[in-house]
Amino acid sequence: MEGWVWRFARRDTRGNRGRLALFVSSMVLGVAALVSINSFGDNLRAAIDEEAKTLLGADLSLESGAPFNDRVEAIVDSLGGIQSRRTSFASMAYFPRTESSRLVTVRGNEPGFPFYGAVETDPPEAAQTYLKTGGALIDGTLMQQFDIAIGDSMRIGSVTYRVEGRLLQTPRESAAVMLFSPRVYVPLSRLDASLLSAGSRADYEVYFKFEDTRDADAAIDPLRDELREYRVGADTVKEERENWDEALTNLYRFLGLVGFTALLLGSLGVASAVSVYVRQRVHTIALLRCYGASTASTVWVYVLQTGVMGLFGAGVGSAVGIGIQTLIPRILADFLPVDVAFSISWPAVFMGSGIGLGVTLLFALLPLLSLREVSPLSALRSGIGSTSHKRGLAWWLTVGLIGLGTTGFAVVQAPTLTMGLAYAGGILVVFLLLAATARILVLVMLRRPPQQVSYTIKQGIANLHRPNNQTLTMMLALGLGTFLVTTMLVSERTLVSQVSLAGSGERPNLIFYDIQPDQVAPVRATIEGEGLAVMDAVPIVTMRIHSVKGHTVASMREDSTMRTTWAHRREYRSTFRGSLTDSETVVEGAFTGSYDGVGPIPISMEAEVARELDVAVGDPVVWDIQGIELPSVVTSIREVDWRRMQTNFFAVFPEGSLDRAPAWYVMMTRVDSEEASARVQRSVVRAQPNVSSIDLALVLEVFDAIFSRIAFVARFMALFSILTGLVVLAGAVLISRFQRIEESVLLKTLGASRRTVVRIMSVEYLVLGIVASLTGIVLALGAGWLISYFVFEADMVVPGGSILLIMGSVLVLTLGIGHVNSRGVYDRSALDVLRSEV
Amino acid sequence: MTKAAGVVLDVVDLTKTYRSGERPLTVLDGVRFSIQGGDTCAIVGPSGSGKTTLLGLCAGLDAPTEGSVTLCSHDLGSLTEDERATVRNKHVGFVFQSFRLIPTLTALENVMVPAELQGRNDVREEAATLLTEVGLGDRMNHFPSQLSGGEQQRVALARAFINKPDILFADEPTGNLDAETGSHIVDLLFTLNKVAGTTLVLVTHDLDLANMTDRIIRLHGGRVVSDSASTGQAADRMGLGSVQPDTLDEA
Ligand SMILES: Nc1ncnc2c1ncn2[C@@H]1O[C@H](COP(=O)(O)OP(=O)(O)OP(=O)(O)O)[C@@H](O)[C@H]1O
Ligand SMILES: [Mg+2]
Repeated sequence: MEGWVWRFARRDTRGNRGRLALFVSSMVLGVAALVSINSFGDNLRAAIDEEAKTLLGADLSLESGAPFNDRVEAIVDSLGGIQSRRTSFASMAYFPRTESSRLVTVRGNEPGFPFYGAVETDPPEAAQTYLKTGGALIDGTLMQQFDIAIGDSMRIGSVTYRVEGRLLQTPRESAAVMLFSPRVYVPLSRLDASLLSAGSRADYEVYFKFEDTRDADAAIDPLRDELREYRVGADTVKEERENWDEALTNLYRFLGLVGFTALLLGSLGVASAVSVYVRQRVHTIALLRCYGASTASTVWVYVLQTGVMGLFGAGVGSAVGIGIQTLIPRILADFLPVDVAFSISWPAVFMGSGIGLGVTLLFALLPLLSLREVSPLSALRSGIGSTSHKRGLAWWLTVGLIGLGTTGFAVVQAPTLTMGLAYAGGILVVFLLLAATARILVLVMLRRPPQQVSYTIKQGIANLHRPNNQTLTMMLALGLGTFLVTTMLVSERTLVSQVSLAGSGERPNLIFYDIQPDQVAPVRATIEGEGLAVMDAVPIVTMRIHSVKGHTVASMREDSTMRTTWAHRREYRSTFRGSLTDSETVVEGAFTGSYDGVGPIPISMEAEVARELDVAVGDPVVWDIQGIELPSVVTSIREVDWRRMQTNFFAVFPEGSLDRAPAWYVMMTRVDSEEASARVQRSVVRAQPNVSSIDLALVLEVFDAIFSRIAFVARFMALFSILTGLVVLAGAVLISRFQRIEESVLLKTLGASRRTVVRIMSVEYLVLGIVASLTGIVLALGAGWLISYFVFEADMVVPGGSILLIMGSVLVLTLGIGHVNSRGVYDRSALDVLRSEV
Repeated sequence: MTKAAGVVLDVVDLTKTYRSGERPLTVLDGVRFSIQGGDTCAIVGPSGSGKTTLLGLCAGLDAPTEGSVTLCSHDLGSLTEDERATVRNKHVGFVFQSFRLIPTLTALENVMVPAELQGRNDVREEAATLLTEVGLGDRMNHFPSQLSGGEQQRVALARAFINKPDILFADEPTGNLDAETGSHIVDLLFTLNKVAGTTLVLVTHDLDLANMTDRIIRLHGGRVVSDSASTGQAADRMGLGSVQPDTLDEA
């Protein structure tokens, strides 16, 4: 590259620097999104590394769904160190003063844990005292919901505790998870042991603290296989850190992917502005060529200009990103296990601005490459110079690079390969369809302009396809914005309607569970005593899979050629009954409703889990119920509609097959008011303290709380793209303003009134707004359908009114912009325009 | 200083056909002439006769359909686009009807462009001298939009001479100027021709201007209809004198 290129590139930006800065401003938010999220991600990882020990609160933990057997107790003994045990289970907490009850997560703690970090409480000393006084600590949400004060009493099972403090921060628990079932901490020694009867679920944990020199991983690794056999899980700081790392990395990477959309849109905005900018420099370029500048160096001049401005945009974007980074911990607060300290991650800044600059330059290269086609002959011929649209090898190479780069980035950034590919594909489809619509609009208006309309409408429509028009850019900006907003709206409504649907009609909305066989009759009596009908009483037997088609799960896990999945490992809660429910349909074989005690038990498997287990009708499955092996054979495969708020099962046994197995029951009823619900729950928990209940209204409330937090994060991320869309839109409008001024001055000189000039612009923007918002909405409905079908597995909800509102807003926005843009255009003097056009 | 004598521009059987419309349009048809170093030459003809096209081909701005152009011993047809650019940079100057100054550069910087393209960084003095010579010594740091048409054309002239070209192509250099300003530009052109020995090739509708040159080539419908070099200078001068003004119409 020759020396003059630099010098000329710099000089040539004179008087255009403001405009160039405006062009690159559309990439600012995209870069900001990448920088802020990745820098935050680095902070997060650093925080997790640093506080890894407080994540677990110990050096090692062992955990099991059942009390430890003798052999495990021996292992625990041999491991030594300082130990602290904990037992957790779900139960009803009853508050006598307010006569209220609610399902909570009870954790029975021993002194010691957490060995690292602390349980934070209000008042602070309560974290220690409750263990000595035998009181309880409870979640803030619980205190708020039932208006509970410190000093109140609370009953769990048959034990009454004094509430001594409010739980703030605890290890291994994040706020979002705790919404569903608020925490209650009590001393382990004061648990009501009767609540831990066989069949109901409880978690038994022991936490270890070792001397600093002892390696927890080295101590536990040789024991893992044996522990696994007893279904005891071991967790070390290293694993805990890796788990969190993975989960949170997925989270912020996904957010980064969303931010990338803003960068792509912004880059398109830059490219379109650059394309107009260089077209206006055709005569300069032709003159340089006349005087002997090589093709490459003239292209370099403008690559340099764009590059320097891109660097500037990336710099500003990084600065904005660092500013936004300070907000992210607050936005994600409910999902984070640790406090994330703010620091600027330079690798993230360089990566974000590097990717931003790279993508922007690649996009800008598309119009810049056409500069090679500028003939020096243009210097001889007057009139508007035009660049040809020949798409040579270099152009296609650039397009290929953009495609590869985008896909590559998406795949690297996305948590999974499929997600990355789906994202890249989705973006491509949306952009292509929007661009195609713009193209079709232009072609139709060019080929078949409306005939019987007024002059202003004709002119307005002609503006859509005149040289240097911004139709494509505005279409992309408006269309993508509408698309994002509408897609989010449709997904949100669909999801919300799914949940509320579950509670509608005559369906049960209050569930009692953990009912022991001998409690079925009394609980039923209590419910019916409140004037309610028991709509369903379902027995549940907890079991695991021992073998599938003759292979034991244990042997399959050892054999690397066999695949085991969650379906092999999970604990099944199965039922037995004589017929199908209305949410089930048999797709293969025939359902068997009874068992006469001869041969393997005929069972029905749910389709999805059957696929995971790779079993078909006729295949044998042996179950393990508390150590007893129970042979069965699959006689039918069922599809289950999981969205129904009722008890659904992976495996259904026939009547008479599980008579001797330990079962517990679930009962459902329908209540019509909050008071009725509270009343019956209270009656049941008083009479049968171990029975838990959950109200659908509560589920909905919790779901709503979690969902609104997720939706908030999603909206925050979409905001980058929507704001970028607005910047791109503003840029496009300003560019077309330069053209429009010339035209309208000419029109004015020829005698057009201000009104005519303004109307022409309004028509142009109105048509654009209508077509862009319609396209965006149609695309959003397509995307919404895909999301509903594949992700929510539900029927899409189309909120017509809101969509019309969105469309109206887009129209008002575009018309408003058009109006602002037309202001002053008419007032420019003809002389001004002639002078500035050299 | 006198430039090398001998043939500077040799045009042989030049044909240019455009294929943009329904049928091909032959704009130049078998044009042939050559110009000696240091000569001044005018190309005249009615509008649409192919003058600008011819000029573009002579300067290697475009490729002919048939025939060849040899410029300062370079056969333009055998060169690539960028090689032709290098030839132009070394040997050719331009003056255009619509000036074509770069709007973002000052007068001085505009003049410096061709020299800077050669990689020379020390041309500020030279450019300033040239600007002073064309009478714009006090307007060096003005931008084109701050200059009048005539002033802009003088800047373009200074620019055309900065590389001391062997040949200067001018397409209606006075076309956009009033008579007085025009004649000032013409004076400058011829003075620079005399001082530097630069070959001048002018395209013009202006009879008086054409008459000042050593030689006049007349085009009509893409063919050379008369060339004063083949009939002898003096005779042609007379011949041209007898041409009716309306055949050199301004259409
Ligand atoms: N790119 C092109 N495609 C098609 N025809 C062209 C093209 N460029 C020029 N022409 C045609 O070639 C002919 C000669 O054009 P040219 O500009 O050389 O004429 P001219 O003699 O310079 O006329 P004027 O005196 O009006 O400038 C014209 O009829 C013109 O329409
Ligand atoms: Mg011409």
